[in-house]
Amino acid sequence: MMLAAAASAEVGSEVTPSTPEVVGFTGAFAVELCLLALLAATAVAMIRMRRLFGVAMLSGIYSLLSAAFFVALDAVDVAFTEAAVGAGMSTVLLLSGIALTAKVEMPVSRTRTIAPLIIVGVTAAALVYATIDMPGFGDANAPANAYVGRAYIEQTPSDIEVPNVVTAVLASYRGFDTFGETVVVFTAGLACLLLLGAGAIRGGGRNDDGEH
Amino acid sequence: MGHLILRVTIKILFAPIILFAFYVQFHGDYGPGGGFQAGVILASAFILHALGFGLATCQKVIPPNWLPAGMALGVLIYAGTGIYTMLFGDNFLDYDVIQPDSHHHAGQHIGIIAVEIGVGLAVACTMLQIFYAFAGREPEPMDDAW
Repeated sequence: MMLAAAASAEVGSEVTPSTPEVVGFTGAFAVELCLLALLAATAVAMIRMRRLFGVAMLSGIYSLLSAAFFVALDAVDVAFTEAAVGAGMSTVLLLSGIALTAKVEMPVSRTRTIAPLIIVGVTAAALVYATIDMPGFGDANAPANAYVGRAYIEQTPSDIEVPNVVTAVLASYRGFDTFGETVVVFTAGLACLLLLGAGAIRGGGRNDDGEH
Repeated sequence: MGHLILRVTIKILFAPIILFAFYVQFHGDYGPGGGFQAGVILASAFILHALGFGLATCQKVIPPNWLPAGMALGVLIYAGTGIYTMLFGDNFLDYDVIQPDSHHHAGQHIGIIAVEIGVGLAVACTMLQIFYAFAGREPEPMDDAW
């Protein structure tokens, strides 16, 4: 729950101040405002809800809304991944996890929620403070766009000759990084296999672990 | 077994989802997408099928013992592309050496497609493997079930 709150605080605080160049109340700005308001509302609903099925569904809605927000920020590849992984895959995995455990979250006493609330508040304040120094959205002189990013955009048509610069950076310029990411995904699958038992390999069924 | 309407919907959507996964896989050079997204979409088609028609039906199509092999094969395809370029005397994953005479960087295109296939296979098998690992377990009895 608190993780979700922290994540929502992170998303909300990181992107809100990054559109200061919007002059006047344009349509795109209205769409972004609506999406951010819906994100915040979904996060609050997730925190207040006790039924885990509803929380899993809301987390899927949260991912879909953030995917829509990434589209509004012109990050189509990130939005695609968020929609596929966040809204699709992790919702299904959460649901199959809930099927193995309780359906309703245990009530937590008020006094135990104070310390996490302070931690989340301090983290959110630090993130909001950090965004003050962030360059404006789409700033050509921002460090992310200036040095190697500009070189990739300028040289991809002559070096790689693929229309999608993201793919060129991911698979060719930074191919070794992507290899590392693939190994991470492989390791995650291997860890799940080891933790949840090899019963799934042998055709499903109960894994007794020799306890009985 | 899911509801009848869900099962009919899943039957209609199953093939288009797989087709879309391959589109995303091979169109990654030209538009948004690539191996990672395609692998997730491909796995989600089979997960949808398992949700509607039961895990056993899905495991008849893709047996669980294939998946660790697919995961490893995907990583090996990626690493193998790098080893291939090294064997021809260039750096790890420096695709230009695959077609050195090409004037439109065909080596880069072939290398990117090979690498993306490796990513797609590894991700699809891993996602399905994680789902099988979760869904293949029977729920533990709760404390209040006694």
